Amino acid sequence: MPRRRLPEWFLLLLPAIIVIAAVVLIPLIFSLYSSFTPYKLTRPSTLWKWIGTYNYEKILTDAKFWAAFGRTVLFLTIALNVEMLLGLGIALLVNKVTWGQRTLRTVLMFPMMFSPILVGFQFKFIFNDNIGLVNNVLQSMGFNVALPWLVDGKLAMFSIAFAEIWMSTSVFAILILAGLFAMPRDPLEAAKVDGCTPWQSFRHISLPFLMPFIYIAMTIRSLDVARAYDIVQIMTGGGPARRTELLWTLMSRTGYVDARMGLANAMGYVSILLSIFFTVYFFRKLSAARAEIGMGG
Amino acid sequence: MDRNRTHRNRKRILAALHFTALFLTMAIICIPGLWIVLNSFRPTVEIMAKPPVWNPSFTLDHYRAMFGGAGEGGVPVFSYFRNSLIISVVSTAIAILIGMSGGYAFARYKFKGKSGYFVGLMLFRAVPGVALSLPLFIVFAKVGLIDTHLGLILVYVAMNVPFTIWLTDGFFRQIPKELHEAAEIDGCTRWQAFWKVEFPVAKSGVASAAIFAFLTSWNEFALASQLTRSVGSKTMPVGLLDFTAEFTINWGGMCALAVLMIIPALILTFLVQKHLIAGLTFGGVKG
Repeated sequence: MPRRRLPEWFLLLLPAIIVIAAVVLIPLIFSLYSSFTPYKLTRPSTLWKWIGTYNYEKILTDAKFWAAFGRTVLFLTIALNVEMLLGLGIALLVNKVTWGQRTLRTVLMFPMMFSPILVGFQFKFIFNDNIGLVNNVLQSMGFNVALPWLVDGKLAMFSIAFAEIWMSTSVFAILILAGLFAMPRDPLEAAKVDGCTPWQSFRHISLPFLMPFIYIAMTIRSLDVARAYDIVQIMTGGGPARRTELLWTLMSRTGYVDARMGLANAMGYVSILLSIFFTVYFFRKLSAARAEIGMGG
Repeated sequence: MDRNRTHRNRKRILAALHFTALFLTMAIICIPGLWIVLNSFRPTVEIMAKPPVWNPSFTLDHYRAMFGGAGEGGVPVFSYFRNSLIISVVSTAIAILIGMSGGYAFARYKFKGKSGYFVGLMLFRAVPGVALSLPLFIVFAKVGLIDTHLGLILVYVAMNVPFTIWLTDGFFRQIPKELHEAAEIDGCTRWQAFWKVEFPVAKSGVASAAIFAFLTSWNEFALASQLTRSVGSKTMPVGLLDFTAEFTINWGGMCALAVLMIIPALILTFLVQKHLIAGLTFGGVKG
């Protein structure tokens, strides 16, 4: 009797599965376990004490945690929407240009190469209340102010959102621009002949065609939403007085500064679920949009 | 006549608005980066000057201090650069090989629960780096992989494989099946047919996947900052922190290191920018 062989597709996928299992899955299982223990880095023996869902109960009744959670969701929602709208606007602007389009597209890719931590430093420098570019310009224009961009809670949140949007809008702009280039001309001209206003033809012809491209950008972004952590960590570290605390900074402080790994891992699981929610949501939107314009498969 | 003129005026105003909006957008995109480059050439006194000095003077002090070695408050830039380069290049190469084989499996074979496997793999990419760093830190400390090149390489391979699968899958799908079938009829094995026929066609897709993988590893901070400790394995994003002290930041030196960090990314991206866009859209829209 011949030995049963594994199917070829499985063999091809095997290396990927092994690497991901070893580096991501196993640590995640470990962290799931440790989130049910009072594990502290300073006292290794606490790893063997089972305390059930105590950590989860603790974070779910903690006002600080909920504040950070709410702020994270709000931050992501605002940032993603603004990035999408700005990206769409920029793509339409560049699409209308008749000369030097390639150069403009190259410039658009510029922020994509920046490391998130570098973006954080860059805007920490620019928004610095003493020597930053923004305040220097304001003062040179005659306003006698030194706005505390990174010290005041609201302004700090704005500065962080600005940095995040600066970094990520170009992904949207570039993908939507690619969509505009790929768009067939005939339906637009037919609409013009039939007397559609520019807004109508944009709303009913261009936008549906662009939707899959927008969702690809959303999906790519949602795979990496947590990189905002780098920016926040550098710009404010969650301060002042926790007013810019996001889920990720709270988690890293709990884990590394307070050494309460069990509790931090419980928060980690909440943040993982949040990321998974965003990714699955946009994946589904993407396949729905594909099906609508007949690109499904 | 009159109507013609108002029409023409309106058109002119619209064109002016379009130009202004475009100019402002490009300015906002470019200025932060240029500000960093400019300040890497300005003496610290001038950066800190109050009231601000607007016509910049030129100095290479920050670069001299940076490359001057660990002496006077300098940062071991060469080691950081070497670590970054080794880790990024090796992890990209491995991730591309593994990801390509996975992408090929998704593009060419039919099997049960395919889209489930696909989304499942993507979800592993979505795990936030900070959340992953907590258990990885403990596991790596037990296995002895903390503060080694190998540790970070492994992590980045696992991080980059899912997205590489996504991109290469889209590209292999564009290639008609008849191509490798014809090659097999002519006597190639499946393996030969892949390398001689399909791989050359999908090369641009693989190139764009490689750039993405490289940029991710080159720029990653959340994991690297926890899994590296010493000069022997710290990467450049972690090295940036060396310029910050408790209450002060050496802005000029930091800008110089930032410039050094951007240059390789810039060169690579411009080399393959055409493929980059094609790679993203192919992989996604027709998936």
